[in-house]
Amino acid sequence: MKRSIAGAREWLIESTIRLAGVLAIIFVLLIFAFLLHDALPVFSEASLSDLLTGRSWRPTSEPAQLGMLPLILGSLYVTVGALVIAIPLGLGCAVFISEVAPVRMREILKPLVEMLAAIPSVVYGFLGLLMIGPWLADLMDLPIGQFAALGSLMLAFMALPTIVSISEDAIRNVPVTLRSGSLALGATDWQTIVRVVVPAARSGIIAASLLGLGRAIGETMTVLMVTGNAAVIPQGLAGFLKPVRTMTATIAAEMGETAYQTPHYHALFTIGLVLFVITYKHNAHSECPKG
Amino acid sequence: MSAAEDKYILHPEGEIKIETKDLDMYYGNFQALTDVSVAMPSRHITALIGPSGCGKSSFLRCLNRMNEVIPEARVDGQVLLDGNDIYQADTDVVQLRKRVGMVFQRPNPFPMSIYDNVAYGPRLHTATRGSELDEIVERSLRGAALWGEVKDKLHQSAMDLSGGQQQRLCIARVLAVEPEVLLMDEPCSALDPTATFRIEELMTELRESYTIIIVTHNMYQASRVSQYTGFFLLGEIIEYGHTEQIFENPADRRTDDYVRGRFG
Repeated sequence: MKRSIAGAREWLIESTIRLAGVLAIIFVLLIFAFLLHDALPVFSEASLSDLLTGRSWRPTSEPAQLGMLPLILGSLYVTVGALVIAIPLGLGCAVFISEVAPVRMREILKPLVEMLAAIPSVVYGFLGLLMIGPWLADLMDLPIGQFAALGSLMLAFMALPTIVSISEDAIRNVPVTLRSGSLALGATDWQTIVRVVVPAARSGIIAASLLGLGRAIGETMTVLMVTGNAAVIPQGLAGFLKPVRTMTATIAAEMGETAYQTPHYHALFTIGLVLFVITYKHNAHSECPKG
Repeated sequence: MSAAEDKYILHPEGEIKIETKDLDMYYGNFQALTDVSVAMPSRHITALIGPSGCGKSSFLRCLNRMNEVIPEARVDGQVLLDGNDIYQADTDVVQLRKRVGMVFQRPNPFPMSIYDNVAYGPRLHTATRGSELDEIVERSLRGAALWGEVKDKLHQSAMDLSGGQQQRLCIARVLAVEPEVLLMDEPCSALDPTATFRIEELMTELRESYTIIIVTHNMYQASRVSQYTGFFLLGEIIEYGHTEQIFENPADRRTDDYVRGRFG
């Protein structure tokens, strides 16, 4: 009797856990199906290649021009810019916290950096829009204080906690025997960090960067506020100092004003689908970075 | 310290490579070594034996200042390398560790290729590149009796080697910086008997050109490979002399008990 109760208990726990796991998969599939359902009608208006490579996004003109290239490139600019700022900064910060800072300082610094993640994205947008943007525009003599690189900068701040925290863990987990081995060969502390510790933590650092990137590419509110929202194709490096519009910002800005079941409406869902596919592929890669 | 105890510390004849004088070492408030004075001869193998926690590993780490990696560690007394105190303020620790190489208890190859592991030291200290570096890598791997096994896979990861091969790689890595002294901290404790045998063979070959100081738990190993043996107990060196004498006719009762396996 006792045994069968224990068995039932076991069965209940197992099924609950299995259900939780299966539900997670079902939710993802449902979201995908929903996106697909609302996106597909757009293909009666334009082909996939027209949408992805079209150079003009004018959804309210007649007929609607639904080229997403400016938006895709906008996202790419902002995200790549964010990584260029966030990875060196984050890695430097992680190395400082784990290798250089005295214990007391480390205990304060790491939670502090992690607290950056608790700041709502709208606050970052606010800071960028009202303070950093105008200040940078003034400094670099730009016509407008909303541009791609500003979005990158704000996103870099937002990706920092992820990158710092996970990289720092990876660096901390490098066995002390490797450090000793390097020091005993006459390497300095700095040589040991650069040539042994950081390379040994490489896979963790790559994972950290990819997760940070995941945060950056899906971020909406901040970029909506600070990048100026001009759906133009950014050109070269100068494109970083001009307004752009990202995929996420487009959906957020236009979804409320578009008529139900119009090509514009469906096109916004297609953007969502493209974002979904990008982040999905990206997450799949971050799960198993090389090394 | 009484004169009677001093008698058990032999001062070897011939050229002395490393000598400690009244060496004390502390971890915080804990005294790990007390008054260790011992002289280790050039181009010989000196074995340090004693029960766990007796200070022999701490002593070894004093000889290339690796004890300084531990924040609380502190040293009093002198360590003379070729007659110069390595704890003087103007000692270049990088140069010191080049001259006094160290092999650790567990093989600790860097997670990079076999070649890069061996080239690590030379790349740090010199601008050697290309074929010159190839030669150093080959010479060091040959010196560590590993060349034949790895010459066709120099650019594969060192982590794929067996434990014994990894330990010989670590020896090759040290040889590549051309040290004068090799400190070995229980280099065979993580290895199987075959791999241990190869390392012991290798030590006997290396003795021709290097001064070797080995810490070991294995008394057979100490008696097989070394010419001099020091017995540590509770942070003091109890007895130091020719290996044969220590194992066959120890002067101190405690040494006798230990080498006969009565405690340890």
